[in-house]
Amino acid sequence: MGSRASTLLRDEELEEIKKETGFSHSQITRLYSRFTSLDKGENGTLSREDFQRIPELAINPLGDRIINAFFPEGEDQVNFRGFMRTLAHFRPIEDNEKSKDVNGPEPLNSRSNKLHFAFRLYDLDKDDKISRDELLQVLRMMVGVNISDEQLGSIADRTIQEADQDGDSAISFTEFVKMDNH
Amino acid sequence: MDGAELAGQILYTWLTLVLGLILLPSAFGVSLGISEIYMKILVKTLEWATLRIETGVAKQSVLKNSASVGIIQRDESPMEKGLSGLRGRDFELSDVFYFSKKGLEAIVEDEVTQRFSSEELVSWNLLTRTNVNFQYVSPRLTMVWVLGVIVRYCVLLPLRLTLAVIGISLFVIGTTLVGQLPRNRLKNFLSEVVHLTCCRICVRALSGTIHYHNRQYRPQKGGICVANHTSPIDVLILTTDGCYTMVGQVHGGLMGIIQRSMVKACPHIWFERSEMKDRHLVIRRLKEHIALKEELPILIFPEGTCINNTSVMMFKKGSFEIGGTIHPVAIKYNPRFGDAFWNSSKYNIVSYLLRVMTSWAIVCDVWYMPPMTREEGEDAVQFANRVKSAIAVQGGLTELPWDGGLKRAKVKDTFKEEQQKNYSKMIVGNGSLKSELD
Repeated sequence: MGSRASTLLRDEELEEIKKETGFSHSQITRLYSRFTSLDKGENGTLSREDFQRIPELAINPLGDRIINAFFPEGEDQVNFRGFMRTLAHFRPIEDNEKSKDVNGPEPLNSRSNKLHFAFRLYDLDKDDKISRDELLQVLRMMVGVNISDEQLGSIADRTIQEADQDGDSAISFTEFVKMDNH
Repeated sequence: MDGAELAGQILYTWLTLVLGLILLPSAFGVSLGISEIYMKILVKTLEWATLRIETGVAKQSVLKNSASVGIIQRDESPMEKGLSGLRGRDFELSDVFYFSKKGLEAIVEDEVTQRFSSEELVSWNLLTRTNVNFQYVSPRLTMVWVLGVIVRYCVLLPLRLTLAVIGISLFVIGTTLVGQLPRNRLKNFLSEVVHLTCCRICVRALSGTIHYHNRQYRPQKGGICVANHTSPIDVLILTTDGCYTMVGQVHGGLMGIIQRSMVKACPHIWFERSEMKDRHLVIRRLKEHIALKEELPILIFPEGTCINNTSVMMFKKGSFEIGGTIHPVAIKYNPRFGDAFWNSSKYNIVSYLLRVMTSWAIVCDVWYMPPMTREEGEDAVQFANRVKSAIAVQGGLTELPWDGGLKRAKVKDTFKEEQQKNYSKMIVGNGSLKSELD
């Protein structure tokens, strides 16, 4: 028989994840069920193939990049902690959190961290800048074969022109945030 | 009396009881009401257990008690709304949010992969295997559970195994005997008797309670019966109420013996593995079969694989190209009493049958539906979808356009290409105009 979710996830681990990500007890248990059901190899970690097995993710134009976001630098497996940490970026902000302590560590799902996540989808070489090439790559993934290279190039150029403020022909994180705000 | 004699006596009494109380009534299609009493007790026990669990859990943290509500609220809006755009809007850096949101939603919970594992129950039904999130509630509940384990494994399982063995042996012997007769009406009649008796015995072997609805629409001779597929037991459930011509691959082992003996009594269509790949061959043989109007209706499961009975997945168009009248049938199991879904990647057929035989019971509803035929100007795929919708609505199942084959195979790239095309149309819609104005 398959592994039983609640017995394999130790209480201390659950508490730690709860503190770090802000998910509730029941949410974490359900997500652990989900994690184990995706883990076909039953070794406590997910590989890229495990993610690819989800049809709705496999047909997503940015599927590969999203999957990449789960894996730490240079690694091929992600454990449950890492899985939860990435998902925590998109946990809906609850009302009781809005009045929380402003001086505490920034919650994982703040607007700024969500923007970081999106920025990293573009910035493949992690140099904190979105170059023209990186922008083109993501654009190409989203449009497939339906737009010509020249047209795509001009879209990229125009976007960089609008966002770039320090004249380095690349988009930094601050410029990225500014673009999002209007 | 010494040990061997005692064992012999027990066996003898056991078999007489089984014969008298179960086998003979089955042969005549009569019910003594024992299973009804069992079911009543069972339902009362499960209701009591649910009540205890709910009062127990209310004291602790509130558990998400609706399994069908997801963890997250999915955004089902199409790409146009999701990207908050009108046609011809420009590309924006934040477009990437839409795709990442959809991607993460799919990672947390998707419509497809959940169909290939057993349905989650709203409330525990006192079986260890379904105990996912339910913590210890009260000593009385635990005692009932222990009692349940004893009853299921020590009383019900031997009984069911006996019945199953008797049922299958009678079937093989019966069909072989009937097969000696020349093809005439007597043979058909006897073949039906053997079929129905043995199926009823096998259904008792699973403690099956089946409700047939709309029996006036039972599939007629010369037609094709299509149904949603959850497990090999589907076949048993349908054949208890009428005889069908089966279609399928030739197997080895026990299944092979059963297949070969079935063919002796009435014609079934078995294919060699190599022949299955040749679609035209398959369709031709099926066409030949229904052309002889007095033949029994063909039974086909167009999904091609077992789905977990919460949804109906894509119907393969092959069965709908044959022509003839389609008689749709919807089968819905009640998951409280036992999980009928065969997860073939997790369990082989023997462990699956053992799990079924140690559940409480198999309770299901079968709805026969009015016959459907292909309309003018409708192609096989549209017809298949129409039949699929009808079955989904009748059985209260979700309808999905996804292919059941995704259980094992990768999804086709055409779907991704479609999304890319849609997105391109959006950002470039009037794009050619724009680049001229720049």
